[in-house]
Amino acid sequence: MNTIPKKSFAQKWHIKALVWTAIVLALFIASCAMTGVDVGAFLTGFNQFMQIFYEMLKPDWSYVPFTIKPIIQTIQMALIGTLVGSIIAVPFAVLAARNIVTNTVIRGTIRFILNLVRTLPDLMLAAVFVAVVGIGPMAGVLTLAIFSFGMISKLFYEAIETIDMGPIEALTAAGATKTQVVWFAVLPQVYNHFLSYFLYTFEINVRASTILGYLGAGGIGELLQRSLGQFRYDRTAIVVIGTFIVVVVVDTLSNQLRERLQ
Amino acid sequence: MTIKKTFWQKYEAWIWALIFVIIYVWAFSGIPVTGIQAVAGEVTKSILHGLFHPDFSYVYTGDGEDLISLLLQTLAIAFAGTIASALLSIPFAFWAARTKKGGTHLGSSSGKLFLTIVRTFPEIVMAIMFIKAVGPGPFAGVLAVSFHSIGMLGKLFAEAVEEIDRRPAEAIIAAGGTQFDVLIHATIPAVIPEFISLTLYRFEIAVRSASILGLVGAGGIGAPLIFAIGTRWWPRVAIILLGIIVMVTVIDFISGYLRKKLV
Amino acid sequence: MQEGTPIIEFNDVNKVYPNGTVGLDNINLTINKGEFVVIVGLSGAGKSTLLRAANRLHDVSSGEILIDGQSIVTAKGKQLREVRRNIAMIFQNFNLVKRSTVEKNILNGRVGYYPTWKTIFGLFSAADKQQAAANLQRVNLGEKLYSRADELSGGQQQRVAIARALMQEPKIMLADEPIASLDPRTTVMVMDDLKKLNEELGITVVVNLHSVSLAKQYASRVVGLRAGKLVYDKQIGDVQDGDFDEIYDGKNQEVKEA
Repeated sequence: MNTIPKKSFAQKWHIKALVWTAIVLALFIASCAMTGVDVGAFLTGFNQFMQIFYEMLKPDWSYVPFTIKPIIQTIQMALIGTLVGSIIAVPFAVLAARNIVTNTVIRGTIRFILNLVRTLPDLMLAAVFVAVVGIGPMAGVLTLAIFSFGMISKLFYEAIETIDMGPIEALTAAGATKTQVVWFAVLPQVYNHFLSYFLYTFEINVRASTILGYLGAGGIGELLQRSLGQFRYDRTAIVVIGTFIVVVVVDTLSNQLRERLQ
Repeated sequence: MTIKKTFWQKYEAWIWALIFVIIYVWAFSGIPVTGIQAVAGEVTKSILHGLFHPDFSYVYTGDGEDLISLLLQTLAIAFAGTIASALLSIPFAFWAARTKKGGTHLGSSSGKLFLTIVRTFPEIVMAIMFIKAVGPGPFAGVLAVSFHSIGMLGKLFAEAVEEIDRRPAEAIIAAGGTQFDVLIHATIPAVIPEFISLTLYRFEIAVRSASILGLVGAGGIGAPLIFAIGTRWWPRVAIILLGIIVMVTVIDFISGYLRKKLV
Repeated sequence: MQEGTPIIEFNDVNKVYPNGTVGLDNINLTINKGEFVVIVGLSGAGKSTLLRAANRLHDVSSGEILIDGQSIVTAKGKQLREVRRNIAMIFQNFNLVKRSTVEKNILNGRVGYYPTWKTIFGLFSAADKQQAAANLQRVNLGEKLYSRADELSGGQQQRVAIARALMQEPKIMLADEPIASLDPRTTVMVMDDLKKLNEELGITVVVNLHSVSLAKQYASRVVGLRAGKLVYDKQIGDVQDGDFDEIYDGKNQEVKEA
């Protein structure tokens, strides 16, 4: 005789899944109500949206020469921002790594600061820095430096936490100081990870730096703001295409270098 | 006896260092140092003073334009946008996923290219386009988040589909099942937890974007922030930044917790 | 016990780990200059803990450890580093920095003799660089000076680790299961290297081993540990064939007098 095991009530009706679906649905409906989601308005306004889209499909190619300089500036901003952010990140990463710093107070404080920095969106930092140092690429560089600092410190300390502890033991046994241990046993092991993360952060910074100019923080984003303000969507299209090309080229180059580092 | 290093052993590090230095000399040459303004000291002082004296009266005023209401609105934009985007991303994911071995991948390659274009298309420009369509306000923000997120979610979903274990699908085909049976009984059960986890992750990012979309008029906390910065109202800036930090931290924590529970 | 000058002294040493595990249980052991001591025992018997207590990679819970008459238990900072400088250590997993060159790894053994800033700028003296090359030749790997450590085989890596240890100009060499990751042929090379250091340079060698036959072949004295207790201690001439069963079986709980 075969008896089929009885499902419990919760199993039979998938209670857990149903409850979660209901919660998500309720939140979704509440969110839609709160933000005034109106599918009708979207459908009636959709031709407006497409209108802009059609204009963008006829790019103003004569605008290309004007985008070269800002694009170069965008890359320069990303390069410097990544470098500055990474340099500041190294000591923070070492201090935040569980296997290097056993003092939970120091480690906790450092991690708290890093988490705090990571909560701030890039454009928001840009808005603040434009107010502090004025309009121009300097604000962009500072934004990217802080932004990449938050991201790269986390990547760095996670890399440090995966290293082989053997060389650390060996250096300690040979009478090395804490600094010497970090310099000779830790950094050589994470060096390639660091370079790889540096390149990865650079990719992200290039993406980010293309829009910072929208708030006056230098780079190609300034042209985005100008063309949109003048309703010259044919020029906006050029800026978007330029951004796309830069991002794809930088990603490809950086990926190749990162593969070589593996 | 001493061993001679080869040329490459001796100079490799120097050559890379030289390339690095050249790139950076070029990079720095392009950035005029304009940072230190004549009044920088005064400005910094007033900023710091303001930042350490947040305008707590703004937290709740009851008129719907206070910090708490706008943070909630920001969350609503992110949530509605992410859920809509997750649903919209599913067909794109199956378009872009490479599920067959060998042959050309015209289908999936074109899908991937499309998703890359969407991802690279600036979210702000998208927001402005939607503002033209539905007018300024949080709805435009929801639309911008929904459509822009497809670029990233579609890609992540597609990768999840590519990485699933193919053996259950084989078993179903071997038992005489159709491609549709495979989808229902093998693919979907395998990818659903992964999709939920990725959606939560994308929600964390969406909260950050939603808090800046207001900079262009697409609702949320961004608008009062840019206004406060523009008028150099630092205590107000401080309380808004504080609010965003708390909101993002709480969301990251909850989402991280849920994602951990999923795996 | 052999007459001689004590160089490592354990007096009533206990070690209890934070989780309650007993690592060392009232160890009293004196090792004299020039001895080749092999410590045998099961995994978890406390062999590694004992070695790591000697250069204070592990702290002990109570008791006193003297290195050349100087306490290492209470030493701090610079003083501790100077004591460690005289005690070289080699490890089961070699503990080389795999991405660095052999030369850099060997020079790492010397950092205790330099101020931190000098080592960071790579300012090792020409004499030390010569010495690094010479030490590598001593273990017959002279041509590998500029290779990356991860290009070498396990046996070669362990011999680089020995060259690194020699850079410390140590009086004592601790070796924690130095051959556990090696094949039989390289095992012999590494053990021969250790024996040579002991005989030619007069370095006191303390080795943890699993293999009883190797212990009998190389040691001048054999010490046995079981469950953190010292259960065996004999000069090589007094070692009987059946002795080791007790260490490994655990039938006899008492310390055997030599």
